[in-house]
Amino acid sequence: MSTLSEHDSRQEIIAEWGEDARQRLRLMCEIRAFEEMAEELFSRGKVHGTMHLSIGQEATAAGMSAALKKNDYLLNHHRGHGHCLSWGSDVNRMMAEFMGKETGYCRGRGGSMHIANVEANNLGANGIVAGGIPIAIGVGLSIKMRHTDQVVIVIFGDGAANEGAFHESLNMASIWRLPIIYLCENNQYAMSMPIKRAFNIERISERAASYGIPGVTIDGNDVTAVYDVVKQAATRARAGEGPTLIEALTYRWRGHSKSDRQAYRTRAEVKEWQKKDPIARLAAWLGVDDAALAAIKEEARMKIEAAVAFAEASPEPGVDTIMEGVYA
Amino acid sequence: MRELTYAEALREGLRQTMESDPSVFMIGEDIGVYGGAFGVSAGLLDQFGAERIIDTPISEGATVGACIGSALTGMRPVGEIQFMDFVALGMEQLVLQAAKIRFMFGGKAKVPMVLRMPGGSGTGAAAQHSQSLEAWFVHVPGLKVVMPSNAYDAKGLLRAAIYDDNPVIFVEHKLLYKTKGDVPEEPYEVPLGQSKVVREGQHLTIVATSIMVSRALAAAEKLTQEGIEVEIVDPRTLRPLDMGPIVASVKKTGRALIVHEAPKMGGFGGEVAALIAESEAFDYLEAPIRRLAGLETPIPYNRTLEYHTVPQIETIVAEARNLAEGAY
Repeated sequence: MSTLSEHDSRQEIIAEWGEDARQRLRLMCEIRAFEEMAEELFSRGKVHGTMHLSIGQEATAAGMSAALKKNDYLLNHHRGHGHCLSWGSDVNRMMAEFMGKETGYCRGRGGSMHIANVEANNLGANGIVAGGIPIAIGVGLSIKMRHTDQVVIVIFGDGAANEGAFHESLNMASIWRLPIIYLCENNQYAMSMPIKRAFNIERISERAASYGIPGVTIDGNDVTAVYDVVKQAATRARAGEGPTLIEALTYRWRGHSKSDRQAYRTRAEVKEWQKKDPIARLAAWLGVDDAALAAIKEEARMKIEAAVAFAEASPEPGVDTIMEGVYA
Repeated sequence: MRELTYAEALREGLRQTMESDPSVFMIGEDIGVYGGAFGVSAGLLDQFGAERIIDTPISEGATVGACIGSALTGMRPVGEIQFMDFVALGMEQLVLQAAKIRFMFGGKAKVPMVLRMPGGSGTGAAAQHSQSLEAWFVHVPGLKVVMPSNAYDAKGLLRAAIYDDNPVIFVEHKLLYKTKGDVPEEPYEVPLGQSKVVREGQHLTIVATSIMVSRALAAAEKLTQEGIEVEIVDPRTLRPLDMGPIVASVKKTGRALIVHEAPKMGGFGGEVAALIAESEAFDYLEAPIRRLAGLETPIPYNRTLEYHTVPQIETIVAEARNLAEGAY
């Protein structure tokens, strides 16, 4: 189905990364550590609301951010802690937002589902499935009208591909050749709805053909594959050739959110996917042994613990500030 | 002074703003060669080109998204929804995204967009092309809602809306497009959030919106022959609502009649009535606050039925007379 060029081999990409390869691994470990801590904080009653953990999906975040430039734009979704961390965010301010503190990126107003860092062109996660997809049109148009060579990546799940917004946006992006990268994290379930019951096609990327744009399906648990196709899509976009739809096959190890008893899938299925752990795979490809990986994970855990300490020491937003930020 | 129609005034406002500010552009269905369904953008394509007068496919959700994304990244889009009714197709982006982004992001983003839309009945367009849905938006913190009742206000409020840093719903009325009024040639702003006393009188206050202002003025001319002097207040901006002139007027007259085209139940008039009742004007009331509004029905196609569904000059005369003469 791919109309992008063939993937570079994994080893070539790792060689191209050089020292950065270990940084990718560290980032993925930090994402996982953040998610594990989020889960722990919830179970300890330190946070309220809900959360959507991306454990098992770290490769898409780490791969896409490596392929893009600092001044590109990010729009992502509710399962978005990893994307945000990978976008150069300060983990202290992320954790503070997660814990609802004034020092958080959104002053505690947004929480887990709405972390944004507009100064870094991170235009925010979204609590509405497919909510960011139409917004990407505007960002793409603005890039064109301002004549910059930026691109916007919009990340969404398999569930979002069945919203009308997906259709409207991909069509518009195609007819106007907007510099948009559509990255669909197909983690096999829209909450409890398995893709086999929600789609009558093999690959979500097949839909690209109906918009006249390239579509490609990749192993989303392979950070090198994610990097490679996002980079190609970005090159296309910067050259004025328009959008690309990328489907990254992946799997969330945890439930949809905190209330999920996971009655719709088997333990065996989860275990099967855990064999394709994106972190363990990259470690193996880099020749990082178990002890070295454990050290990296420990380092990540300590960074996250420091972030929790920062957040816990941070003030709550003042009740007298409730109305701030409703209007400019 | 020079006279322009309401549509011409809007067009001149758009043209002058676009001439002086490259960040302003228009986007909507059939606004280019066609000139917009009601001709507001006629000729603008020739002057500004297809990059700034952007014709969209029939995709209201993505069009609103295009406004949001471009507004977030430095532009000042003016979107057009062809008929106000169709905004239902863009409600997700408008209400769940545009209205909330700034707040969710802790006040660190702004969404300076205008969404123009013609509402109202009287053209035989029937139930799906004739609604007055302003109350939907008045109920949403984060949005502003503007309803110009004449050509002068249309031009000035539009400029103010474009330069406001918030999402502004700009409700035009189909029957007003061809009405004429004095309009200065130079650019000017009518500030948002300022009600205006458009006619002075001492016997009763009419608060009217959009086309009901001109109907109330015509009714007042008839009533003056009976010795009843009506004061008319046009809120012009429904959110934020400037109650000052309304309260002052009711204190003076002791009687309040609120007139709008939308159905009474859940309509904007209920809010105005409540605010009057909560205000210091309450002690000055000599009769119950009354509302004259659309019937609790979709707009019928049949000319006679359509006419009788919403307030007309003679029904305003009758209701105002009853209120002034102590019938309630």
